[in-house]
Amino acid sequence: MTWNHQAFIRLGLIGLVGVILQLTTISQLHFFGISADLSPLLVAAVGIYAGSIAGAVFGFCVGLFVDIALLQVLGVSSLVLAIAGYGAGNWQILREPNHPLALLGLGALSTAIAAVGFALAQFLLGAEAPVSGTLLQQILVLVLINALVAIPICRLVKRILRPCLANDRRRRRRIPNAHLTTSRPS
Amino acid sequence: MQSKVVRRRRMVLAGLVALSVILLTAYFDDSPGGPLGSMQRGAMEVLAPIQEGANRALKPVRDLFGWVGSTLHATGERDKLKKERDQLRQEVAQLRDAGQENIQMRGLLSLPQITELKSYKPVTARVIARSPNAWFATVEINKGTKDGVLRDQPVVSGEGLVGKVKEASSGSAVIALITDQSFGISAKAVSSGEPGTVIPAVGTSADLVLDLVPHAGKIRKGEQVITAGTKNAALPSLFPKGILIGAVTKVDEGDGELDRKIHIKAAADLRRLEFVQVLTK
Repeated sequence: MTWNHQAFIRLGLIGLVGVILQLTTISQLHFFGISADLSPLLVAAVGIYAGSIAGAVFGFCVGLFVDIALLQVLGVSSLVLAIAGYGAGNWQILREPNHPLALLGLGALSTAIAAVGFALAQFLLGAEAPVSGTLLQQILVLVLINALVAIPICRLVKRILRPCLANDRRRRRRIPNAHLTTSRPS
Repeated sequence: MQSKVVRRRRMVLAGLVALSVILLTAYFDDSPGGPLGSMQRGAMEVLAPIQEGANRALKPVRDLFGWVGSTLHATGERDKLKKERDQLRQEVAQLRDAGQENIQMRGLLSLPQITELKSYKPVTARVIARSPNAWFATVEINKGTKDGVLRDQPVVSGEGLVGKVKEASSGSAVIALITDQSFGISAKAVSSGEPGTVIPAVGTSADLVLDLVPHAGKIRKGEQVITAGTKNAALPSLFPKGILIGAVTKVDEGDGELDRKIHIKAAADLRRLEFVQVLTK
């Protein structure tokens, strides 16, 4: 990923538009009683295409935006989404998944991390909720729904970030054996 | 080289985690009018017009999805509603009769008439944003303090109680729904007359629980639950008496009276809120 003002603008737009779309529309569309949550998918997509640091920072900013926009407890979403973004970036580095269906797994995993992390944070903050079958069922349905929409979301994010990613690839191609020195996204 | 990169990545993550924890701590230490709260209200003020615009622009998309879902439910719902209509016609006839008697009796006792929601100066507002997770059941509306909307005012829809105003800025407000973890309402079961407190089943998006009921055994499935209103002048309720909260869907029998769990389904369809009314008086 080439870090220039264009990359920042594109990431900012992904976050802003994604969160506003989530709050105004996606949250009101229900499948089996649950609505999809785009935030972990966007964060994971940025993580795999732009690297774990970008994923973590993007996750933190998206989480902060969600918490501010909905007057939620500040810091919870930031914490959870920063970890999800970092995890996605690390997954890309360690496993280098190439199969298109890997995005399904990425969507499911990042959503599971976010949903379970959010639940844990709430329990630690004193929410008097039982670990009920309904809660687990909700998390499972959310993970499934998000896994299904992960492929188009990741493709879209990749498309938006492509100019910044393409520059990176072209530059690497010009440097012989570049992958031996600094090929991994950071 | 590689380890340096890995160390840098971990340090960034550790920094972000630390920053989140600092934010969390500061948030809980912050007073209602504190800097973080003010910052959130300010941001809400800026974002509200954008959210409202996006909400209106994307309404056709929501309607399309809603139409598919609604069509699937429509047939079953129609038959159910026909039965309910017939039953309600009978009840209306009986209630009209009882209402006439009531007016006469109140006249005799010189008591004030039962207040209607109109007397609470309802302000109609459009829902412009909604929280995506079950832990914070909140929605944002396009009316704020300049329309008379203030913190803690009750919010209703045509179907029943929706929630209360959590925070208001001049042009928008955030509503905590009755399924939000911060919620608790004194309530009463209509048929049995049993009092209790309605609390959300936290972590689930639609379930409510009627708690602290002295004689839970008297409550039956299908019984309606309404707001109890102020019972003690020293502890006034935020909610007027008689607003429909929901109906009992299930009674989980426990070992004793106190272990019995009464589940309620909210009367208002909290997932498909388009318009709500804030009772501003």
